[in-house]
Amino acid sequence: MNILYFAWVRQKVGRSEEVIEHTPGLRTVGDLAALLLKRGGGYGEVFSDLSRLRVAVNQVHAGLDTVLASGDEVAFFPPVTGG
Amino acid sequence: MIRNIHIQHEDFDVSDEIAALTADGVGAVATFTGMVRGGDDLTALTLEHYPGMTEREIGRIVDEAESRWPLQGVTIIHRIGRLVVGERIVLVAVAAAHRGAAFSACEFLMDYLKTRAPFWKQEERDGRSCWVEHRSSDEEAASRWRKT
Repeated sequence: MNILYFAWVRQKVGRSEEVIEHTPGLRTVGDLAALLLKRGGGYGEVFSDLSRLRVAVNQVHAGLDTVLASGDEVAFFPPVTGG
Repeated sequence: MIRNIHIQHEDFDVSDEIAALTADGVGAVATFTGMVRGGDDLTALTLEHYPGMTEREIGRIVDEAESRWPLQGVTIIHRIGRLVVGERIVLVAVAAAHRGAAFSACEFLMDYLKTRAPFWKQEERDGRSCWVEHRSSDEEAASRWRKT
């Protein structure tokens, strides 16, 4: 899966994208967020408070219970502030 | 229906965009222009977006507007990059036969753009940048369009 980060999420994790292999343990977005939280550091800061995060799967707004599949594009970002 | 969606660094000309929506049967064009608001020592905004999703999400928002009102054209231009106080950020222009649909759809599109399109703003003050916090009043503005 291709994982993307935007705005302050990108700054805190220190990268704009990375590849994470889809495994049976990563059934949902919530499972992926739990895996990233375990990395600690900037990831720990970002993923310790999921209420401040939004997610999209394959460029569609999604939630923590959205089911993941191999090849998905998953993006984590703050609530949007355009317009 | 005419549909112009652009994410760009360059400025836009509102009269040119209105002219591009003018066609037989169009009796009204409503436009909204958003600008970088000065005050509180703000000098500039820098806008970042999610290329690919932005265009798709705006397309879905326009689909929704088209399903609710009889529209003849929609133009949405959203600028990205660094913009100083007074610069234009966003244009929503809606063409319809009558003003009611044009006004309502313009407001709907703007409310949804603010709460669903993946853009993020950074504010610049005294050479220091900080990310703009999401406003709950924007969510409330968008929620009034929810169908019950």
